[in-house]
Amino acid sequence: MSRLILKRLGLGVFTLWLVSVLVFAGTQVLPGDVASAILGQNATPEALDVLRRDLGLNDPLVLRYVTWLKGFATGDLGNSLASGQPVSELIGSRLMNTLMLAAYAAVISVPLAVVLGILVAVFRGSIFDRVMNVLALACVALPEYFLGLLLVLWFSVQLGWLPALADTYPGMGLGEWIKATTLPALTLVLVTMAQMMRMTRTALLGVMDQSYVETAWLKGLRAPRVVLRHALPNAAAPIVNVVAFNIAYLITGVVLVEAVFNYNGLGRFMVDAVAKRDLPLVQASALAFAAAFVLLNMIADIAAIALNPRLRHPR
Amino acid sequence: MTRDNIPSIGRRQFLAALGATALASGLIVPASVARAQDAQAAPVKGGVLKLGIGGGSTTDNLDPRILTDWVPVNQAYMLMNGLVEIDAQNNVVPELLESWQPEEGAKVWHLKVRQGVTFHNGKVLNADDVLYSLNLHRGETTSAARSVAAPITALEKTGEYDIKLVLESGNADLPYMLSDYHFLIVPDGWSDFAKPVGTGPFVYESYEPGVRSRFTRNPNYWKPDTAWVDAVEVIVINDISARTNAMMSGQVHAINRLDFKTVDLLKRNKNLSVVQSAGGQHFNFLMDCTQAPFTDQNIRLALKHGINREQLLKTALMGYGSVGNDHPVPKTDRFFAKDLPQRPYDPEKAKFHLKQAGLDSLKVTLAASDAAFGGAVDAAAVYRQNAMAGGIQIDIKREPADGYWDNVWMKAPFCMSYWGGRPTADQMLTAAYFSKSSQNDTHWANPTFDAKLIEARALLDDAKRAEIYAELQQIVSDDGGAIIPMFGDYLDAVSNKLGGVTSHPMFNFMGARLAEKVWLKA
Repeated sequence: MSRLILKRLGLGVFTLWLVSVLVFAGTQVLPGDVASAILGQNATPEALDVLRRDLGLNDPLVLRYVTWLKGFATGDLGNSLASGQPVSELIGSRLMNTLMLAAYAAVISVPLAVVLGILVAVFRGSIFDRVMNVLALACVALPEYFLGLLLVLWFSVQLGWLPALADTYPGMGLGEWIKATTLPALTLVLVTMAQMMRMTRTALLGVMDQSYVETAWLKGLRAPRVVLRHALPNAAAPIVNVVAFNIAYLITGVVLVEAVFNYNGLGRFMVDAVAKRDLPLVQASALAFAAAFVLLNMIADIAAIALNPRLRHPR
Repeated sequence: MTRDNIPSIGRRQFLAALGATALASGLIVPASVARAQDAQAAPVKGGVLKLGIGGGSTTDNLDPRILTDWVPVNQAYMLMNGLVEIDAQNNVVPELLESWQPEEGAKVWHLKVRQGVTFHNGKVLNADDVLYSLNLHRGETTSAARSVAAPITALEKTGEYDIKLVLESGNADLPYMLSDYHFLIVPDGWSDFAKPVGTGPFVYESYEPGVRSRFTRNPNYWKPDTAWVDAVEVIVINDISARTNAMMSGQVHAINRLDFKTVDLLKRNKNLSVVQSAGGQHFNFLMDCTQAPFTDQNIRLALKHGINREQLLKTALMGYGSVGNDHPVPKTDRFFAKDLPQRPYDPEKAKFHLKQAGLDSLKVTLAASDAAFGGAVDAAAVYRQNAMAGGIQIDIKREPADGYWDNVWMKAPFCMSYWGGRPTADQMLTAAYFSKSSQNDTHWANPTFDAKLIEARALLDDAKRAEIYAELQQIVSDDGGAIIPMFGDYLDAVSNKLGGVTSHPMFNFMGARLAEKVWLKA
């Protein structure tokens, strides 16, 4: 088990390195550089020259990558090219914001999805099952920004209950924070719930059709015991997998939601960084996202193994 | 305030005096108010002003040298002052300069720095601060205003509050030139631009680039009857629908840069008003005059006659603007050529010019992108339809917005672009049409134009200048490489709780100085 975890960790680090190379190469392919992005339409060749020299953009590509990697390996994320501030300082609070929003959404979305999934599985074929399925599919089919705008229209503009902007700042109270972030969290809940709910339903139904469950029914056990005690544990692995996948999505896929609600998270930050070709910022944000993805996938895999005796004790 | 040394005559001085009277009586609202009821309401102190501004980035910095977008420019004007200010009638009025006086020929200028002004850190403003601040943009520098400052050949201190400024050639518009938003005044030797200290209406409290800022009122602000609110909070909202939502739900008091397409819907909301400001912002189609077929003036004229300006204005800007006449000087400019006839949509004339060029039909490729302005691609499609009637086939090549200014602008032979407008006709014509300008984006070179432009610049006689500028506008209109079909107004939305809001010819948000001018009604 521990060897397996170590192996997965090693692979994770390798993946991250690959991501850093790809991001570096990718930003080089983009037209323009940070100097022309900073100076914009006002750029004159002389000003561009001065700025490029100041920022070290005239060094060869490989040298710049190696310098960055050396710094990264020693825990120095470098400075933003555009503003000169340390990257770690800039990224820390935004990563925290993104994680907090993801956590808020996950706390609602995961239990709700699993419980609803179980219920629709139990009441398979009923009106409840069909209505829930249609609703879930509708939410998935609508893009985040559209759902977000609909929520804003209802809850902010028409009813005036919740703010249209998720305007958060350091030192705000928890109550205020919840009020500010409820609409974006709700949007995320709606878009992620469907997949988890439907996966729970499918996995559970797959198990419920097996003969041992039938035996349990025939033994005269009550429905809660059959479902929760006998069926659910065997359906857990795929559910945990899809939950981990959706939490990863909550962290990495919030860019659009952050834009709609003007939330100060890592996604919006990265969009800015790419627009300015601010390489150290792009690298650090991409790696933060990639790390979240790798880590959550690893947790899912390990959980799947832990939950499955056959994988836990391979012969 | 002393305004006697303003080196101009007639209208400008009269308006300055009018402004002074209005200031003295506590009515800072100029004559062309967007909303008449403000004129009666007396300003009140207090409250926290919340602004939702688009055009900011997490990589922003308040260094005056690299101000490029709307959010940092607005924030910079909260903390710092310029040397002069452009008022709502497009006149230059004193700010940190008390007065200015040219010598004959407008080459040597004597500037007088305002006395009794202190920076937020307690330092008293004097000539050294102004010299330091202007020198930030001169010589080897990354300043975006480097080319604006380039004509200044010498700057020297002649007294505690006196400066002598020498230009490479005479320029009667020097005071307007100094209104550039990069020329902000910081204390001598200041370099901590993450946390700038200025003489402005508000004092730095907190600032997170591209996200938010909160500045509190400067209790010692020198400018009378301004800085009404206790604090001003900026929330950066780049997404236009998020900005509009914040306005409609009352979370902010004002937003900038409305979407032309949804303004009419926004106007239905009774809690807010739309502020429409006509100015120098214009949208254009650029022909590279050094590349065939645009080397031929007849081809350029054919393309200029093949565009339906009225239709374009209605389609792309929903009518929020005015038609252009293929030169960049707006109606709001005092040197606007009123008598120059408006070029109509005339497909027959287009055909005639093609024939003059020895052609029956013409096929050109237009590089279009919404990077130029929102709705540019739609505008290109309209133009394509218009031009067909004149025997011109325009193939539209859509370019990505990302990297447009690096890869397409000034490189593609025929492309779309925009100009944000300049405070004077001279600056606008120089930046985009003077043959040696680095931003001569049509690569047009006309020796007569160049010579007359330099001649007009040095004249202190406004009547004579007006005559030459009219001629210059005609030359650009007939011979230049830019098709300028329309000027777009600046559009803001403000809550009806705000008093003191007016339209302004320079940019959104009252020339980016809205924060110091408005108050929250009791």
